[in-house]
Amino acid sequence: MSVMNKLEWRGVSKQFGAQKVLDGLDLAVEPGRSLALLGRSGQGKSVTIKLALGLMQADAGEVLLDGVDVTHLPARERRASFASIGMLFQGGALFDSLPVWENVAFRLINADGVGRREARERAVEALALVKLAPDVADRYPSELSGGMQKRAGLARAIVGAPSLLFFDEPTTGLDPITAGAINELIRDRVTSLGCTAVSITHDMVSARVIADEVAMLDGGRIVWRGRASDLDHADHPLVRAFMTGQPLEE
Amino acid sequence: MASLSQVLLGPVAALGRAARDALAAVGRVARFAGQGIAAALTPPWYPRQILSQFLSVGFYSLPVVGLTAWFTGAALALNIYSGGDRFNASTVMPQIVALGITRELGPVLAALMLAGRVASAMASEIGAMRATEQVDAMVTLSTDPRRYLIAPRLIAATISLPLLTLITDIIGIAGGMQVSHYLIDLAPGIYVANTVDFITAWDVESGLIKAGVFGFIIGLMGCFHGDHAKGGARGVGRATTSAMVSAAVLILASDYLLTSVFARP
Repeated sequence: MSVMNKLEWRGVSKQFGAQKVLDGLDLAVEPGRSLALLGRSGQGKSVTIKLALGLMQADAGEVLLDGVDVTHLPARERRASFASIGMLFQGGALFDSLPVWENVAFRLINADGVGRREARERAVEALALVKLAPDVADRYPSELSGGMQKRAGLARAIVGAPSLLFFDEPTTGLDPITAGAINELIRDRVTSLGCTAVSITHDMVSARVIADEVAMLDGGRIVWRGRASDLDHADHPLVRAFMTGQPLEE
Repeated sequence: MASLSQVLLGPVAALGRAARDALAAVGRVARFAGQGIAAALTPPWYPRQILSQFLSVGFYSLPVVGLTAWFTGAALALNIYSGGDRFNASTVMPQIVALGITRELGPVLAALMLAGRVASAMASEIGAMRATEQVDAMVTLSTDPRRYLIAPRLIAATISLPLLTLITDIIGIAGGMQVSHYLIDLAPGIYVANTVDFITAWDVESGLIKAGVFGFIIGLMGCFHGDHAKGGARGVGRATTSAMVSAAVLILASDYLLTSVFARP
């Protein structure tokens, strides 16, 4: 019996002006699996995630979440579907007008109707899970280092115990030690929650740690897909170029 | 080589494109305004956000609006004294100051000060939130940015400006009173009595209605330009300028229209 995919892009196309970014993209992620989406800059990795989140509309094709096409869902129903989704943005995207705990508890307070006292307690618990001390809760995002902002963003993504997590370049701009800690945290949280995860990354170390599977996006389609452990033996030239860091021979 | 018809029709085509772009822009603003009004009038509301915007738009604007009002009232009284003396207008200084402030200068100057202080701040804040994916993050957190960001600003600006205008009216008239006391030795009690006897409720009400419209324009332009900011820091800067300039122009244009409607023989 086949397992229903948690998330699936089916024949998705997206064009900006004359530039075709996605060209009939087919990609599926099974429940509980962690997929890293690799690709050169400008190949549509972020667009792929934004289409799944409804932050952009596809020109063609559909995106299925738990088997339901969410491409044309009304905004209100689409927002309701976000209840089971967490997202860590590349720059953290923390609200700089709110203290860290309110950032983490934002969904609880504003969408789920949780009282502020309980929301704060849950936010502090989530911060502890990402190794941030309770005193960080009352600081503002501008008072945190880049690594701490990523952790706070991760706490915000996991506080509602989502079944699907997205990570957009989770280690970009971090030193190797902090990046390693973030990778471990992501792997730990994804495993603990038993959720499905889709990550965009250029960082091969990160891909190996956080992903079960890796897919390479190029020319608007998936050109290679395999287990993270297969990366070393992949014979696709683009994957080899990513592994060795050498320029791709066109 | 371009044909004769292309050469002749080129300017017409350019004019058509400009008209089409202008209409599209008006359509975008109207759609945004409609969505903003719908969000402001229907739940869920975010009371903390609304209160915070009332503080930011209304309360923190009091000093600058108050100072503007006082100096305007005082300057108006001075002008009536020095220029109006030629036809004995200084004897009706309290009446002219009251009429000028309540009907015109109070709402317009308070609105222009707010356009500079508030519309630009709204545009830069929302624009920066767009540029740093905070608005996208809000969507993924099951929260509608129109309700959380736009509606509170529209509500606060639309309600705050009439209240600020009422204060502007009082301070502006007080400015005129102080000048008249020093220039023509008019007792403050007589000045106030003359003012109260002369102005009608409609003089004040028409100014407050104008202020409500101006407040909405300020909130709308601040939010619209911030929400449509593109291109990082430069885009946010452009949005800030556009918000302030478009709000000021629309305030002055709508002031003329409203005054035409309100004008009574």
